[in-house]
Amino acid sequence: MLNQRSRPISGELYELKEEIHQYALDYGLDFYPVNFEVCDYDTINILAAQGGFPSRYPHWRFGMDYDQLSKGYAYGLQKIYEMVINTEPVYAYLLNANHIVDQKTVMAHVYGHADFFKNNSWFRNTDRNMMDVMANHGTKIRRYMDRFGQDKVEDFIDKVLSLENLLDIDVLFETPDLARKRIEQQIKAIEEESGDENSGVSSALKSFMRSKLFNPQNPSTSKVDEDEIVHQYKKKFIGKRDVMRWVLEYAPLKEWEADILGILREEAYYFLPQRMTKIMNEGWASYWHSTIMTQKALRSSEIIDFADHHAGVMAMSKKNINPYKIGIELFRDIEFRWNTGRFGKEYLECTDLHEKENWNRPTNMGREKVFEVRASHNDITFIDEFFTPEFCERQQLFTYKYNSRSGRFEIDTRDFEAIKQKLLLSLTNFGQPLIEVEEINFANRGEMLLKHIYHGVDLDLGYASDTLRNLYALWKRPVNLSTVQEGKTVTFCFDGKEMKPI
Amino acid sequence: MDHPIKRDHSRFRKIVKGKIRDNLRKYVSGGEMPVPKGDGTFKIPMPQIETPRFKFGEKSQGGMGQGDGQQGDPVDGQPGEGEPGEGEVGNQAGNKELEVDLSLEELAAILGEELALPNIEPKGKKTLEATTHRYSSIGTVGPDSLKHFKRSYREALKRQVATGTYDENNPVIIPIKSDMRYRSSSTKVEFENSAVVIYMMDVSGSMGDEQKEIVRTESFWINLWLKSQYKNIEMRYIIHDATAKEVDEETFFKTRESGGTLISSAFKLCKEIIETDYNPSEWNIYPFHFSDGDNWSTDDTKLCLDLLDNDIIPSSNVFCYGQVESRYGSGQFYKDLMTKYGEGHDEVILSKIKNKEAILDSIRDFLGKGK
Repeated sequence: MLNQRSRPISGELYELKEEIHQYALDYGLDFYPVNFEVCDYDTINILAAQGGFPSRYPHWRFGMDYDQLSKGYAYGLQKIYEMVINTEPVYAYLLNANHIVDQKTVMAHVYGHADFFKNNSWFRNTDRNMMDVMANHGTKIRRYMDRFGQDKVEDFIDKVLSLENLLDIDVLFETPDLARKRIEQQIKAIEEESGDENSGVSSALKSFMRSKLFNPQNPSTSKVDEDEIVHQYKKKFIGKRDVMRWVLEYAPLKEWEADILGILREEAYYFLPQRMTKIMNEGWASYWHSTIMTQKALRSSEIIDFADHHAGVMAMSKKNINPYKIGIELFRDIEFRWNTGRFGKEYLECTDLHEKENWNRPTNMGREKVFEVRASHNDITFIDEFFTPEFCERQQLFTYKYNSRSGRFEIDTRDFEAIKQKLLLSLTNFGQPLIEVEEINFANRGEMLLKHIYHGVDLDLGYASDTLRNLYALWKRPVNLSTVQEGKTVTFCFDGKEMKPI
Repeated sequence: MDHPIKRDHSRFRKIVKGKIRDNLRKYVSGGEMPVPKGDGTFKIPMPQIETPRFKFGEKSQGGMGQGDGQQGDPVDGQPGEGEPGEGEVGNQAGNKELEVDLSLEELAAILGEELALPNIEPKGKKTLEATTHRYSSIGTVGPDSLKHFKRSYREALKRQVATGTYDENNPVIIPIKSDMRYRSSSTKVEFENSAVVIYMMDVSGSMGDEQKEIVRTESFWINLWLKSQYKNIEMRYIIHDATAKEVDEETFFKTRESGGTLISSAFKLCKEIIETDYNPSEWNIYPFHFSDGDNWSTDDTKLCLDLLDNDIIPSSNVFCYGQVESRYGSGQFYKDLMTKYGEGHDEVILSKIKNKEAILDSIRDFLGKGK
């Protein structure tokens, strides 16, 4: 694999893996087989730059990420301990320069991730053969580059990447089977609606009658109308936020362009669940590396090193939230609350602060509860449901903002509601604006109309304009964007040259 | 075979340097060279190409943190900076900027790597005596940081075997003070090459502040590189309008005169300096001349070319002329030099510096030949 840049673990590491694997099973973790491999830092930088995969299509941005990771490592400012990939079997890469205690910690951490990948419902439909799929994508795109020129293909990829974040999370639950059933249902619904007067007639006859109804002298119009009906069905089942899909279905793309767009869309959706569960996934893995290490795997000579490195990973920062820290603390808090009966109507409605503080009903459902939570939540619902005022205070959370008078960032508030609000907002669509496809035949001119779902923060118009420019290059007709600027609803149109309000 | 990502990497570097994919140029941020921050640290360039996407405007700036502090207390640094923890697949690119302490050697190394500069092959005898210290022997005294563990333990083992306290079944070796061994240095005399850089600059009225800033920046990097190549290096500065005089570094960059321009005056002075102070068989000599390309007369230009041919070029490693573009300069001198030394003259390097962005390219012109 990877031209011998990495090799499977052997000897001492293999024995350690066997040991930790057994602990993980004993604790009830459930995962696909995990293949550990060891590699040097350059290889791990390469893997990280390519999203974990040894083979991707050629693109400068992988080179850019590699450049930054290499520099960070060279100047000793950052270091990647491990990489783990959501495939079956799971692949995990260990850094060969790591200390044995770090390798053990990382292995325990990896089993946490592996369990999460297999059991969290948002990952249910991810393609576990992604290792091969990505490699195939690479081969395909390389072939297109040989044929049409690297600059041309790369330029197209760049344009598509502008839309890469415009995804619909519902798609994650859409299997081909489900999609087919849904279309059938909708067709049926529409037919029932339109078929009121001939309700007794079979559908075959109905479609025959319909084709007669349309002007028989001019078959082309009837064809258009048939298309129109299919189009109506289709439109209903493409998610409004799945902008890439809309472009794929309706933009006048060449075959190779459509193929590449499909590839990029598939890869974007593959990474989506990982982005949606960053806090949970890291929290869960950290919860388990901490549990396995402290209760089972640590030797007494390793305690100081483990504590030091664990503390490094869990470091709180004044500048941003550390997902590892918040995640692990929330899981521990849930476990504690469900162990001591601090949930349910009685606890929530208790107004006696002292009693609440010392609440202890030996329900002992903690472990069970955290397993349940890891299966059914994503970051947003996780925070929304389990982020309590007590937790917020204990974690010393605050929000900060820029003070233009003093020219620096200052602590804004420690108010629970405000913090939770801000946290949830930063997780909603990953802190990026929500964009929906409103209309693909806007003003009956084949133009696309996007709508920014406004939640109080204006768009950056410079970026919006450049994004629309790239979308225009794919759609090949003007693209419009309806948003709110300084309290007023505005619609901008990008006509190929510039973006202006209409 | 190297990993294919190296090709992505070199492609990325080419885009950043503006060689390919011109349409991405406007999305490139973060320069190529380290930027000094004034307190000894440098910002390491992290060039980035941003893909345009829908995002929120400035008003959403701010964020969340953890830790002590009252409302209104400052939060150091920028949001998104220095994320702790084990890195995983990075989906959100933060503000990527590294601030590190860099020594001048490291800085020169970055410059060399960035511009792919070859090492210079010095000419001339090694005349300068330099003493160096090498840790090549072992002593019984020294600081802890120079402790030689293997030797110390070997001494302890010897002692324990000799005194009979060594137990094969429990091979514990405990060194005592007299067992300790330390690396110690011996002094060695080496001969080094020496070099001199003679900067000449036209300070006539047509050279504005902007032009001087360019020369200053350029000379900073040139000095840095040459210093990394020669242990013993001297700098000499000559300014000229119609007459030339030798000045110190500060004056060199600050002076502004208003007279006409006789380039030959500077070349004459340069020649004198070389004759009196620097024997070409012992010194590597680098004359650099910067001007906006105006000279008073063609006669003077002829005189200049004679001086170059007969005196300056024969005694120098390479003669470099950098022409800074200014609104008033005609650029004629570059053309004159180009006609004479354009092809097949390795000992003369000419470079046009249009603006600040072109400085790196011109440094590459000057130093890229390894002379």
